[in-house]
This record gives sequence, C-alpha cells and structure tokens, in this order.
Amino acid sequence: MSEPIIRFENVTKRYGKVLAVDNVSLSIGEGEFFALLGPSGCGKTTLLRMLAGFETPTEGRILIDGEDISRTPPNKRPVNMVFQSYAVFPHMTVAANVAYGLVVDGVAAPERSRRVEEALALVKLDGYGGRKPDQLSGGQRQRVALARALVKRPRVLLLDEPLSALDAKLREAMRSELAQLQEKVGITFLFVTHDQDEALAMASRCAVMNRGLLQQVATPSDLYEFPNSRFVADFIGSVNLFEGRLAVDEPDHAVVVAPGLPTRIFLDHGVTGAADSAVWVALRPEKIELHKRGDGRAPPRLEDTPEGCNLVAGVIRQISYLGSESVYEVALEGGGAVKALRSNLTRRDQEDFTWDEPVWLAWHACSPAVLLS
Amino acid sequence: MTDTPGPLEYLRRWPIRAWLVVVIVYLYAPLVTLMAFSFNASKRNIVWRGFTLDWYRAAFADQDLIVAFGNSLTIALISTVVSVALGALTALLLWRFRFPAKALLEGALGLPIVVPEICMGVAMLVFFTQVMPWPTSLAWPLNLGAIIISHISFSFSFVAIVIRGRLASFNRELEEAAKDLGAGEWRIFWDVLVPHMQPGLIAGALLAFTLSLDDFVITFFTSGPDTTTFPVKVYSMVRFSVTPEVNAASTILIVLTVALTAFALKISGGTVAAVEAGEGL
Repeated sequence: MSEPIIRFENVTKRYGKVLAVDNVSLSIGEGEFFALLGPSGCGKTTLLRMLAGFETPTEGRILIDGEDISRTPPNKRPVNMVFQSYAVFPHMTVAANVAYGLVVDGVAAPERSRRVEEALALVKLDGYGGRKPDQLSGGQRQRVALARALVKRPRVLLLDEPLSALDAKLREAMRSELAQLQEKVGITFLFVTHDQDEALAMASRCAVMNRGLLQQVATPSDLYEFPNSRFVADFIGSVNLFEGRLAVDEPDHAVVVAPGLPTRIFLDHGVTGAADSAVWVALRPEKIELHKRGDGRAPPRLEDTPEGCNLVAGVIRQISYLGSESVYEVALEGGGAVKALRSNLTRRDQEDFTWDEPVWLAWHACSPAVLLS
Repeated sequence: MTDTPGPLEYLRRWPIRAWLVVVIVYLYAPLVTLMAFSFNASKRNIVWRGFTLDWYRAAFADQDLIVAFGNSLTIALISTVVSVALGALTALLLWRFRFPAKALLEGALGLPIVVPEICMGVAMLVFFTQVMPWPTSLAWPLNLGAIIISHISFSFSFVAIVIRGRLASFNRELEEAAKDLGAGEWRIFWDVLVPHMQPGLIAGALLAFTLSLDDFVITFFTSGPDTTTFPVKVYSMVRFSVTPEVNAASTILIVLTVALTAFALKISGGTVAAVEAGEGL
C-alpha cells in the first residue's frame, strides 16, 4: 500500500448510549478507490461524515496527510463530498453549481470558468452549463454533483451511496464510469455502500463494517475468497455455512467433521489456533460441482481428496434459473440442504438437471474456507 | 372520442356546471356590481342612469379620503417589511433549533390567527391606552405607530407559518453541500436557505400586505382622529350616506390589490400559488 493519506486512529462515536462507531482504526492510501461496506446502521455513513466534518468523533483522531483534522469544520477540510441526494442547488444553473466552491474560495473569474469547463467535460456534461437542475435526469444531476466536488481538487472525494438512486442499467454503466474517472483524476475516492456487488465491482479495497466494528479490510477478491468471519462470508455473496469440529489438523491438511453434513470436509491446508474448538466451514455455491447420480453410475473421483470426503448425495429440490447461471437447492440424504451454482455455458445447459433428480455434490480440497468466528 | 363524459370529467356534467355558475355568481357578482355602480350617473346605487367618471373625480378631490388611502398604503408597506423579517426569523428559529419553550412558542404563534379580531382590537385599545400609550402628537408617519405595531402583531404569524411550511421541504444535504464546498454560515444562509425560502417570503409578504390593507376591526380600535385608514374612512362615509364615491374608491383599491398580487405572482414564477395551496391558506 502507498503512503496513507487518511488515518482513523481508534475512532469511536457515541450518540448518547448508542455506539455508532466502535474503536475503528483504518488507513487509506493515496489513489485508492476505497469502499466502506456494511448493512444499514453499521456505522459506515457515520465514519464518512466524520471524515467530511459533519460529525465529530467522541474518541480518537482522524488524520489527513498526517494532520489531525478531527475538530476542523467541514468548510476547512481538503475533502469534498457527493451526497446521496446529490444536493445540487436547484436555483442555480449547472455551471453556477460547479463554480460555487470556487466562488466561495475567491478564485478569479477567468480561471474559474476555465476550471468549470474542465470539470464539466470530465463528467461528460459539456454544453450543459446553462441548464437548470430540474432539466436534468437523475444521472446527470449526479454528474453535476461529481463535477462540483472534483472542481475543488480535493485530496479525497467522498461518495455517499453514489449509485443507490439510479436505475439498474444506469447503475452498471456508472460503476465502470466512476472507476475510469477515478483513474483519470488520480484522486483518492472513498465511498459508502450497502450493496456488496457495487463494492466488489468498483473498489480497490473494501472495509466491511458491522455494528460499529470494522470486520475485515481487504481487496474484493480476498473478501470473497478468504473471509475472516461468518459475518463477512455471509454478507459478501452467497454461502453454505456448516458448523463443525476440527478432527485432524496437520500442517499440510485438515479434516472437519460437521454434524449437518454426511461427509467429512477435507482441506488441503492446516488450520492454526483452533485445536478442538468449534469452527465454521464456508463453501461458495459456485465451488460445488453437480454430478448425475443413479442408474448405477459411479460417484465422481476427486483426485486431490481422499475417499469418503467432500462428496455428498442429494436430490434437487429447487432451481432458480437466472439466465447466465442457475442456482440449485439440493436436499441432502440425512437432512440439510446445500446451494450449488452452475453456469449455463451452452444454450441447452439448463435442461441437464431437473427437479427431483438424484445428484452428487463434490468440491475440491482448496475450496472451503474455515472460519473461527 | 365520445360525447359521454368520462368518470373524472365532472365539468362536463350539468349539475356540476350549474353549481359552478351559482358559486361564481355569488362570489363575483357583488364585486362586479360595486365596480359598475362606481360609473353610475346617479346618487343612489339602485338604478343605472348612464356612464360618468364624476365619482372618481369626487374621490380624488376628497382630501380626507386621499390621506386615509396614503395612511393605509404606508401602514401596509411598513408592517409588511417588518412582519416578513420577523416572521422569517421566527420560522427559522422554530425549524432550526430545539429549545425549552418551543412548543409554547409554536402554539402562541397561532394565537393571533385564531383569536377573534374584535378581541384583538379591544386588547390593542387597552394596551395602547393603559399599558404603553403611543404619543399622538408625532409627525407623520410616526403617528401611525400604534396601528403599524398592531398590524405586525397579527400578520407576522401568518408569515411565520407560511415560511415554516416552506422550510419543512428543505433538503438539509443542500446546506451540508454548501458547507462542504467551503461556505460559512452566513453564505449558506444567503446562497442556499434564502433562495429556498423565497416563494414563502413572497407569499408571506402578499398575505401581510393584503391583511394590513383591508383590516378594519383592529385598526378601528387603534386609529385616532388624525390617523384614519382607508377601510375606517369608508366605514364612516357609509354611515353618513352610501354614495357611488365609496364605490369608486373601493374599485381603485380592488384594482390596486389585484395588480399587486399579479405582479408578485409573476416575479415569483407562480410558486407562490403552490406554496399557498400546500399551506391550505
């Protein structure tokens, strides 16, 4: 990670007795596209607003470029924000909106209009300067809010749920556009979202929060593949969770016995620090293979897994056809259910498996993630 | 296209149309009659005897009437300016801050609106004779002080309530956005809050102006022999005799108020109507 530009040091925020942010320490580097992710009420917005200056931490410090700004008023901080409602001034033209921050700063008129032009071009709103906000679509208003914040060349750009008010198609387009914009201007972006897809798609790093606590800070793929807790595994994507006990724990392999699963779970790596304690195994649906069963077919062989592990028999109970893929809910013999996901690689794929069909479920030794909390 | 009215096309059904005609006639016929008879060449408001502008000449020649008219306009103007400023600040206070007696103040704000005008008038009379006598020997327009104060005391409540309603629809993120962009409190007030309040300010000013201009009851109790307003003067003229001169003066007042209202609506871009409708006023 590059030189940290933002540092939260043991930041706590209390509203009366309610603990909104609980002892959060976090560093964000120059040029990062950082996401604060979590369910509503987890404290992510409070953290963002403390950085913008609209809230003051009860305890701890917030530093930008090494300087403590915890008590600096919002109008004196080198950060700018794109608000959830965009907060575009309705009585001003687009150009006046974008120019506002520069007018307040006393930037001379010629330079001001040049920078406004530049900022509008950056968000692809050239020629919209004379319009009033009520003549713009929601997406265009958001671009005005972006230009208005970027024109001030902040050290950090804050975005509060930037895509939540857009419709699905536009949201997807805006994702890649925001990422491109960030690359182009090179400013650190920090955004808050409750939408895990949004965070995974745009962010270079994410912090997952729950009940005011920082759960995990990692790249999107690490969050997904190597979650550090049940909360993160469950919050990011879809997951099969099994509670169990470590039966074998060697440096190069481990075995978990889960009462809810009629097979042993074999792992190709050891688990440290969990001798004989309860563990949870997280298995992503797309990492489970579906094989036909019955008519005297032999069970599939997994070359990296010993006999009697990572293989269960079941019956398909429910199929959710999603176009590009299908989710199969499989009832296991001996109770319990597992979700498996299969891409529909050919146009007839989805006809391969049908309701009430007996199947084998198998997964590789490297697929499950073992969670200690 | 069919000729049978659709389910919501009430105006194409005859009972509704008849009702509408009756309402319009009862609302506007008296006004039209008043204006028409101001051009009547007769001393009585009963039969039409031909067109004349004599009554307008008489009205303009009536020194007392002109003075009363000038008094009315002056009082309306000053009380409007003061009550808009006071009302706006009260609305801001109630919208923005939390303080111990807030509910009490909000309740008290409605008092001048619900208290019968006659009681307000008597109260003002008692106040200005017993508690705080307003010197009557002052030069014009200072001698109108008692009337102006009493007009402000009831019209500022209307202003405050209209602006309070307008502020309820303010998006606090606009204020935060301005602050985020570097603006201080004073700039935020003028750049963001006042533009948002503007339709409320205009609607409130219109209300205050018209309330003051046509107030009779309260003014009657607070005016003296040298400080007559137009409505009070008209009342005394009517008691003496109902001449078309009163009609002429009233017509001028109606035309003036309508013109002023139209002007205010035009400069505010029609938003006043929306605000007033939203406020149920």
